[in-house]
Amino acid sequence: MSDSTTQTSPAASTGTARVKRGMAEMLKGGVIMDVVTPDQAKIAEDAGAVAVMALERVPADIRAQGGVSRMSDPDMIDGIIEAVSIPVMAKARIGHFVEAQVLQSLGVDYIDESEVLTPADYANHIDKWEFTVPFVCGATNLGEALRRITEGAAMIRSKGEAGTGDVSNATTHMRSIRQEIRRLQNLPEDELYVAAKELQAPYELVKEVARAGKLPVVLFTAGGIATPADAAMMMQLGAEGVFVGSGIFKSGNPAERAEAIVKATTFFDDPDAIAKVSRGLGEAMVGINVDEIPQPHRLAERGW
Amino acid sequence: MSSPVVGVLAVQGDVREHLRALEESGAHAIAVRRPEEVERVDGLVLPGGESTTMDKLLRAFDLQQPLRERIARGMPAYGSCAGMILLADKVLDSTTDQQTIGGLDVTVRRNAFGRQVDSFETDLTMSGVDGAPIRAVFIRAPWVEAVGPAVEVLATVPDGPAAGRVVAVRQGSLLATSFHPEVTGDHRIHRFFVTEILRR
Repeated sequence: MSDSTTQTSPAASTGTARVKRGMAEMLKGGVIMDVVTPDQAKIAEDAGAVAVMALERVPADIRAQGGVSRMSDPDMIDGIIEAVSIPVMAKARIGHFVEAQVLQSLGVDYIDESEVLTPADYANHIDKWEFTVPFVCGATNLGEALRRITEGAAMIRSKGEAGTGDVSNATTHMRSIRQEIRRLQNLPEDELYVAAKELQAPYELVKEVARAGKLPVVLFTAGGIATPADAAMMMQLGAEGVFVGSGIFKSGNPAERAEAIVKATTFFDDPDAIAKVSRGLGEAMVGINVDEIPQPHRLAERGW
Repeated sequence: MSSPVVGVLAVQGDVREHLRALEESGAHAIAVRRPEEVERVDGLVLPGGESTTMDKLLRAFDLQQPLRERIARGMPAYGSCAGMILLADKVLDSTTDQQTIGGLDVTVRRNAFGRQVDSFETDLTMSGVDGAPIRAVFIRAPWVEAVGPAVEVLATVPDGPAAGRVVAVRQGSLLATSFHPEVTGDHRIHRFFVTEILRR
């Protein structure tokens, strides 16, 4: 699988691993924002988003309203594609390969096979190699990330706990993925076989990560990011970019907050710059502490 | 001869890949995010990424003017994909308020090949780069729609629906490609920039 990135054929080819993973490379250092209308998409683009995620309800509303959450209405996705010139992503339910087929036919630029929606298959994720459009998937730890990459994900994001404004789970997931990579780097070659078994991931991929000290795809963070400082902290923890869901359009001043998070993501290691952009943003989203959410309602526990 | 210092514009995009490609091409590569860093470099690479985002950050962090001045004074620069858009004097299919650094007398069309499902890789030849064809990776890429008299066309798309479209150009010390040599591990274009353009 990973050698598909080095194979070449003289003719032009679409949907190669390099083209899919390369798309995510171009988003690095950027912020991808959840939007539910073309107007919000425009605000996100004007604020400097590198892409928008089109969905029907932001995670905070999915959480508040309950019910089954599905792929967005094609008309809504068309409207958002029409409204902006930056890449448009959209979410499909875990395992729902037909929603993914529909999203590909609508021309979305990236599909998020997302735990934020209600899973459609509790055993299998989508076979993402079958698609021309690239996929991003959530992960809480290294094994989960590697299983998604094995299924064809071209980008990984930490899951965090979406719709909470509580960044603690994203922190845990980022730290866990980075720690497990560091652990692999320090293992002798002959212990990588057992490591692969424990991670429930293919040996070749585990070896590749141990050697490179990083995932073979871009790693973003998501789930609970609500402030410029949250975004900058995730970047300092090793995220290569940031997804912001409810944090922008559930806040008091979306346009300014969006712009501030974009700037803080670029200057994530400069406290003076983060302080400057954090002033006068008004109310952040109110938020829910992850601890107060009963276990069955925690989205990060969907997917495996 | 000491290594030239080459900056990679690091407000957003695939900065790390360009830094590595430059280091492996005999340059000392540094990330450039602040006006004072612009003064420290002998040449600059503008990476792939989202051109509208980069434009906004360049203006917000007072980089646009210093970059325009250095390029006007002849600083060598190479832009790939979004970097090509930033170097172009004119952009089609831009957002309404989009600005560029400019300097390269070309008109480029943003997202010219289509959406991500149309992104592709292919082999092409580029003048100035000897040896086997280059594996060119186009990701929501722009193409060059019109060139001024001082601009030399270095490569076009060899076949397919976009055959003949201009995808690599040079004007004096400015170089631009629609595609991303930094993601392939083949650093011949970076070496061309460092040895042929920077050390000229």
